[in-house]
Amino acid sequence: MTGKYGPHVGIDIAHPAEQSVWAQYRGLLAIFAIFPAVLGFVLVLAVLAGADFGLMNALWKWTPFIFNGFLYNVAMSLFAIGFGTIGGIFLGMGQVAPSRLVTIPSRVATQIFRNAPWLVLLFYCIFLVPYQVTIGGTTYQVPNWLRASIGFTIPVMANFSEIVRGAVQSIPTGQWEAARSLGYKWSRTMLSIILPQCIKRMIPPWMNLYAILLMATPLASIVGVEEAMTNTRTALQAEANSRLLLPMYAYLLAWFFFYCYPIARLSMYLESRFETR
Amino acid sequence: MSSVASNPQAFVTVHDVYKSFGAAPVLQGVSLEIGRGEVVCIIGPSGSGKSTILRCINALTSVDAGFIQVGGIQVTSKKLDMVALCHKVSMVFQQYNLFPHKTALQNVSMAPIQVLRQNRRQVEERARALLKKVQLEHKADAYPGELSGGQQQRVAIARTLCMQPEVILFDEVTAALDPEMVGEVLSVIKDIAAEGMTCILVTHEMGFAREVADRIYFTDRGVIVESAPPREFFANPQDERTRSFLSKVL
Repeated sequence: MTGKYGPHVGIDIAHPAEQSVWAQYRGLLAIFAIFPAVLGFVLVLAVLAGADFGLMNALWKWTPFIFNGFLYNVAMSLFAIGFGTIGGIFLGMGQVAPSRLVTIPSRVATQIFRNAPWLVLLFYCIFLVPYQVTIGGTTYQVPNWLRASIGFTIPVMANFSEIVRGAVQSIPTGQWEAARSLGYKWSRTMLSIILPQCIKRMIPPWMNLYAILLMATPLASIVGVEEAMTNTRTALQAEANSRLLLPMYAYLLAWFFFYCYPIARLSMYLESRFETR
Repeated sequence: MSSVASNPQAFVTVHDVYKSFGAAPVLQGVSLEIGRGEVVCIIGPSGSGKSTILRCINALTSVDAGFIQVGGIQVTSKKLDMVALCHKVSMVFQQYNLFPHKTALQNVSMAPIQVLRQNRRQVEERARALLKKVQLEHKADAYPGELSGGQQQRVAIARTLCMQPEVILFDEVTAALDPEMVGEVLSVIKDIAAEGMTCILVTHEMGFAREVADRIYFTDRGVIVESAPPREFFANPQDERTRSFLSKVL
């Protein structure tokens, strides 16, 4: 047996608490120290591309507008990762459930939505989710970004379902047998014994999924959500200056980079932390 | 069925059990009767179905035919209540199978609290006493990954004892251990057996079997070839297969 919890673990592992506080958080500090460096680099790039300080003013002028759009990207991604994670946990547990009545529909749903292009699912949701809903006599408009968020939730759910299935199946069967011989039922084994061991294995792919999701949110500009990409295009049209094209898009990329890079680093950091436990 | 359970003394009854995995027959009509307080060792070549017998007694493996009864509970019944069964039987595994995200103390105490719904304080008190019994009270807060193989197996034994079962099944519990750790685990088992616990052991430790067992069963190719008290079994094996096996391992 060569698993992580195999028999030959008779060595004392140094406890993480023995490290200094500085050593513990060095990884995190490095993430934030790198920010100004990259910011400077991107700005220099933008300026060189435009070779004109007048362009800087244009970028600056449109910053609140692009930022406003970027908030929609963040909102859509948080909505989709939140509900996608909840749905994915259930769908993933369904994939490994003891009854075929549960596993087969769960597996079919997971495979269909995992192998569908995100843009197509997005279009489906934009057209299928109603424009307004009436709850208790009051009619609410369903904003475009919310309908797009539902469109992003579905592929996130299916991808997370696979992450859950993989993590659950990576736990040695001995854990299930020990739990069963101690009288644990399937659901209780899952909640008290299997899932807690899965969490640390799921965090890195989950953060990865979030980063991919965030970078997919500009797709929503195609269906008319006024997010960062849409707003950048609007700004470019308003300025009507072709020399602004490259710097403006570089600026937009920087926004995404600054949001996603710490997440990627954090996931690497968490991965290495869990490695030692 | 009642006519078959002839011996009222038997606490564990395995009657004419058949089991195959796919096309491979593993058990081909195994019968055993074990009385309360008896210590029984099952030995035999690998692949002879020793571990499968234990797994069937513990309902980890279903049987194809035959029946098993433990302390009045029909293990082979479709309506088996696992919680009722785990009051009677508990198992120690070759690979320990401790829960790596729980401390030694939590490993020992969690099932009585969560499954048997016993009082947390009393269970934890009992768990500490059991860790002391296996000489690991100083490791109560250690995680399994921080313990040696022998220590992990002793925690696993404490975990089964904390369920307060009436029979303990030991499935080659020293087979995965480094040689220098075998002794510490065997001495714990010897103590448990001496206290009158009913024990069924599958083992390759012949010397240990001779020392602790009240009776030894020899299995080969899915059947029990012979059974005898250890002195007789080792001194005067009846069957040719037993003789050939013993000549290889002794």
